[in-house]
Amino acid sequence: MSGASIRFVLHGEVIEVDNVDPTRTVLQFLREDLGRKGSKEGCAEGDCGACTVVVAELTRDGDELALKSINSCIQFLPTLDGKELLTVESLAPDSSSLHPVQRAMIDEHGSQCGFCTPGFVMSLFVLYKTNPKPSRQEIDDALAGNLCRCTGYRPIIAAAQSMYAESPDDSDWLRQPCGKQDKPTERITRLKGLQRADGLEFDVAGRRYYAPVDIDTFAAIYARHPDATILAGGTDIGLWVTKQHRELQTVIYTGRVEELTNLSVMPAHIEVGAAVTLADVMPVIIDHYPGLEELFRRFASPPIRNAGTLGGNIANGSPIGDSMPALMVLGASLVLRQGDSVRELALEEFYHDYQVNDLRPGEFVAAIRIPKNEEAVIVSSQKWSKRFDQDISAVCTAYRLELDGEVVRSFRMACGGLAPIIKRARTCEAALDGKHWNEQNLERACAALASDFTPISDARASADIRLRAVQNMLRRFYLETRGEVDTTVYSYGRQS
Amino acid sequence: MRERAVGRALPHDSAHLHVTGRAAYTDDLPEPRDLLHLAVGMSEVAHARLRGVDLGEVLASPGVVDVCTAEHIPGANNFGSIVADDPIFADDEVQFVGQPVFAVAAKHVEEARRAALKASVDYELLEAILDPLSAVAKKSFVLPSETIVRGDPDDAISSAPRRLRRRLTLGGQDQFYLEGHIAMAIPQEDGRLLIYSSTQHPDEVQTVVAHATNRLAKDIVVICRRMGGAFGGKESQAGLIACIAALASDKTGRPCKLRLDRDDDMIMTGKRHDFVIDYDVGFDETGRILGIDFEFASRCGMSADLSGPVNDRTMFHCDNAYFLENVRIVSHRCKTNTVSNTAFRGFGGPQGMFAIEHVVDDIARELGRDPLEIRRRNFYGKDERNVTQYQQTVEDNIIDEIFDKLVVDSDYEKRRSAIREFNAGSKVLRRGIAITPVKFGISFTNTLLNQAGALVHVYKDGTVQLNHGGTEMGQGLYIKVAQVVADEFQIGVDRIRTMEADTSKVPNASATAASSGSDMNGKAAGKAAAKIRARLTEFAARHFSVSEADVEFSAGSVLVGDRSMSFAELVQLAWANRVSLSATGYYRTPKINYDRATFSGRPFFYFAYGAAVTEVVVDTLTGENRVLRVDILHDCGDSLNPAVDLGQVEGGYVQGVGWLTSEELWWNDAGELGTHAPSTYKIPTCSDLAPDFRVELLQNSANRENTIYRSKAVGEPPFMLALSAFHAIRDALAGSPDKAPNLQAPATPESVLRAIRDASHE
Ligand SMILES: Cc1cc2nc3c(=O)[nH]c(=O)nc-3n(C[C@H](O)[C@H](O)[C@H](O)COP(=O)(O)OP(=O)(O)OC[C@H]3O[C@@H](n4cnc5c(N)ncnc54)[C@H](O)[C@@H]3O)c2cc1C
Ligand code: FES
Ligand code: FES
Repeated sequence: MSGASIRFVLHGEVIEVDNVDPTRTVLQFLREDLGRKGSKEGCAEGDCGACTVVVAELTRDGDELALKSINSCIQFLPTLDGKELLTVESLAPDSSSLHPVQRAMIDEHGSQCGFCTPGFVMSLFVLYKTNPKPSRQEIDDALAGNLCRCTGYRPIIAAAQSMYAESPDDSDWLRQPCGKQDKPTERITRLKGLQRADGLEFDVAGRRYYAPVDIDTFAAIYARHPDATILAGGTDIGLWVTKQHRELQTVIYTGRVEELTNLSVMPAHIEVGAAVTLADVMPVIIDHYPGLEELFRRFASPPIRNAGTLGGNIANGSPIGDSMPALMVLGASLVLRQGDSVRELALEEFYHDYQVNDLRPGEFVAAIRIPKNEEAVIVSSQKWSKRFDQDISAVCTAYRLELDGEVVRSFRMACGGLAPIIKRARTCEAALDGKHWNEQNLERACAALASDFTPISDARASADIRLRAVQNMLRRFYLETRGEVDTTVYSYGRQS
Repeated sequence: MRERAVGRALPHDSAHLHVTGRAAYTDDLPEPRDLLHLAVGMSEVAHARLRGVDLGEVLASPGVVDVCTAEHIPGANNFGSIVADDPIFADDEVQFVGQPVFAVAAKHVEEARRAALKASVDYELLEAILDPLSAVAKKSFVLPSETIVRGDPDDAISSAPRRLRRRLTLGGQDQFYLEGHIAMAIPQEDGRLLIYSSTQHPDEVQTVVAHATNRLAKDIVVICRRMGGAFGGKESQAGLIACIAALASDKTGRPCKLRLDRDDDMIMTGKRHDFVIDYDVGFDETGRILGIDFEFASRCGMSADLSGPVNDRTMFHCDNAYFLENVRIVSHRCKTNTVSNTAFRGFGGPQGMFAIEHVVDDIARELGRDPLEIRRRNFYGKDERNVTQYQQTVEDNIIDEIFDKLVVDSDYEKRRSAIREFNAGSKVLRRGIAITPVKFGISFTNTLLNQAGALVHVYKDGTVQLNHGGTEMGQGLYIKVAQVVADEFQIGVDRIRTMEADTSKVPNASATAASSGSDMNGKAAGKAAAKIRARLTEFAARHFSVSEADVEFSAGSVLVGDRSMSFAELVQLAWANRVSLSATGYYRTPKINYDRATFSGRPFFYFAYGAAVTEVVVDTLTGENRVLRVDILHDCGDSLNPAVDLGQVEGGYVQGVGWLTSEELWWNDAGELGTHAPSTYKIPTCSDLAPDFRVELLQNSANRENTIYRSKAVGEPPFMLALSAFHAIRDALAGSPDKAPNLQAPATPESVLRAIRDASHE
């Protein structure tokens, strides 16, 4: 094992941390170890954004720097190895030199109690560096992971619009807005120097952390430690630690494995490495299936999508996970690997029961294969929850419809939130297969949903209304294919 | 030239610290070296006798130093300030899921939290009452029910040409301040204790800690520089957190910090009361209310806490802006085995106003009229029909003017008919619009609380330290009061340092609550500054042999006869001539007097007014809804700081919309709160803000009462503007097919679907 130390850049300096507890969060490290208290804890579960920090990392080709907001409260410190961390303190080294984002927040009266503010500043900073002129919609999306209880957001939106008007200090890359920035050569070089050719592994008081860089090593380590926890984005696992106070003995990180972070568009399908982040995979999927755009926009928030992975979503296997209904109707399959052996399994055969899946000891998800679209196939997905942004679905549906004139050649529907696992609505599908795509048959299919699912009541919705909702969602899908409704309440009346 | 420091849109005094992360909240303060971190072990059941609490494993857990339970409390096991029924730690009975049973102290937060899960508690389960209606049925109340009657409601209702009856249910709300509860207790010499607390009420923290730890007030100092939001949630509840920190600190002899995890905070501390409301109203064909009978049942939880005054305010505000000639209001304060509910922006007022707005809306829908018309029809008059049900004459009524202006500015009529047209041609989406008024009484209804103190120091260099009893929770109190003092001395606000709220500087301060912060502390600080200014004036006149009338404080300088000097120079001179440069100021709100026994008198110094028009779109298939446009006209009197006040109006409105749409508190059958984290409890996000959001402060509307610079309180009133959003959703649903849909608040997608289903009588 290599020495128990990790290296990353903070405040322009490479810092080396020894004896890292593998599940110490970045926020704990900042606040408790470094005394950098600008980042706040509002929830310790990735949901409020008070802890938002920014990670700068090399792109895959190693030539560019990518800026990503993340929730430091659930991000484990060792995952920063080889990256640069930017916190609210990084933007204004001394109080006399505010960053344009900070100045705009002051000028627009964007803070009241101020507790959410450092997080907003960091999310706005990413927007400042990545979008030269955001629309209201883009601002909303960029801030979807930041809660403010005081302002009602109006002044923060105003700051997001006016921050570009500030005169930036040309020399400092952090202050150069999108479109007017130099290549951060120095930063890139510094990070290149931190990359490890053969991965990272260490042991602190019997607790082990592995971050291999190739899939064979990964498979071998996992085969040796089948009880280990595979760590991807940590957006589910983080909460095991911060909320359930679990101690993880052995952690194997997927984020550095070349093959697992690969995303390639093949002739007939899209091959998504299990560790590809949601932020990276979504645009590619939407490109092929525009009907999934709203689903993905509403999937968590930018910082969660920047860390969270598609493989993690699937492997976690929550009955209210959002990607699975869509992937199921598309006929996606999983590439599973155990030691040296590889098999492929249809996603819909992956889930057996609540939190029980088909993975064998030492086996992991290597990739997800998503078939490409065929002509004349309609694919759509709907999310039903209390809030538009950053909410977990009470019900999530996906449809794949192939029509032959007025006749249904094939209809697939899958749902989350209605059963212990995500699954296809077989009875409902059967009620439509080969039938006319009309209101009468649709009503039969809606009725059939009651025999496909027996939902339960919980904090997100009650059983009876859940069923009613899914039936109405199917009705809505029907009307959409008929061109009778073309907008949701969320897109209604929006300029862009 | 005098320059007005008040009335300017200055940024929040801490804005530059907020944006750079340099603003220190309680958890950011430097930690003493031997600090211990605490975690609380909570009851897992709603109601039980405690047969035994075994903390062996807790004590054996890594890093643990000590534990603390009810038996370790030397003084009173209570943090309730009005009624002594709020145990700090459960003694022999637990009364709700989440009630503190013990605290554990460890070297690290994580260790404490992990250890707290390891207790084994032996519960003998008792019957639990989990909702207000069951409590009413079993006569389970934290305080006696109260009634206000005026006129003859029974006769007026039964002889009225029209009559409606209905039951309304209205959800509660978590404050969801972004900074959770926290307190740090640090032992001092000779038995003294220093407490840093995130509290709206340092004085109460001092008092309850004194009682619990058997100390005298003189031996406790409580300090709060700022809170990361409070909204009423840190009024009484902060006492519990501080008591636990203090007790653990006394027991271990070491500094102790308790910072609640978000989930624990939501489970353990009180929220806005949810209500079941029955009304019976008689009215005429024009929509005028002739008689009305209200019965309110609120979930107070397991103790009285602030539920008495909260529910009183419901009774005072169930008229909103309407004259109720014959009225009966019955208010039940239900005792349930759930967390004890507490203050939250509006303090019972929103629930009362929700009730009457629903009644007025129902009447309009019953008569097939625009609710706007029915609202106007029932407004308080100026010279007649102007006495509230609690016998206060409404002297400052401007609701008609506000409505008239807003109806025009918002283009209400035209948009309303456009919406009707849209709905006629739309299969799934429906739009709706509503205008609602706000009239909100300003003052603590408990008259004695309407007092405030300040302490102003002027230093030799002409700079000022400002202390007052108010706390800063983001509402901008500090900058507003600093502007008052700046105005008095004619110096820049940058010459003034507002100090943290500190019980050793200003004693016996009331909570920063009831929207009264700037009114009271502004006056008190203004008076303190005026005293020093008078001394300086007197001195300057004497020293330079001019008349006092010839001493003028103007922007940046003081004119003494034909001499001009800087404020600092005058101060220096005064000091050298032995003039006292420090003064206290004290203010008590005039005119108010009110008899709680008869619910009559003048509880409020004045009223704040406003109105909002909200337009929404609703999906009748999914129940999802969104606010599209908002027009607000709100009355802040002569605003002390229009930017700060605008922030209160906007933030209040959005928070109110959250209460009425997406924020749902859900308990299961065992009395466990299921929505105890932001993952399940959904406050508005950025995209929920209406794309078209127009907010205006009413101009030229000086407060008729002599408040600080004729401004008006603005903390709470705008919250209730959000009622227009709820009624806009009802408006969208009206006619699909029910003319007056039975929509329960909050109007979540589920609630909307339920209303539609019930209307179709499936
Ligand atoms: C604030 C917040 C909002 C969220 N919103 C949504 C939402 O809107 N919709 C939604 O669906 N989810 C949501 N989630 C859940 C979560 O973000 C997703 O499930 C995410 O995709 C998980 O990916 P991850 O990489 O973070 O997984 P991790 O947390 O790293 O891992 C999750 C699980 O998958 C296992 N795992 C990961 N990779 C592999 C692999 N290659 N092979 C085998 N096992 C593996 C892990 O061992 C673990 O059991 C949200 C979470 C948070 C905190
Ligand atoms: S603290 Fe709330 S998202 Fe991290
Ligand atoms: S300013 Fe208080 S939460 Fe945003």
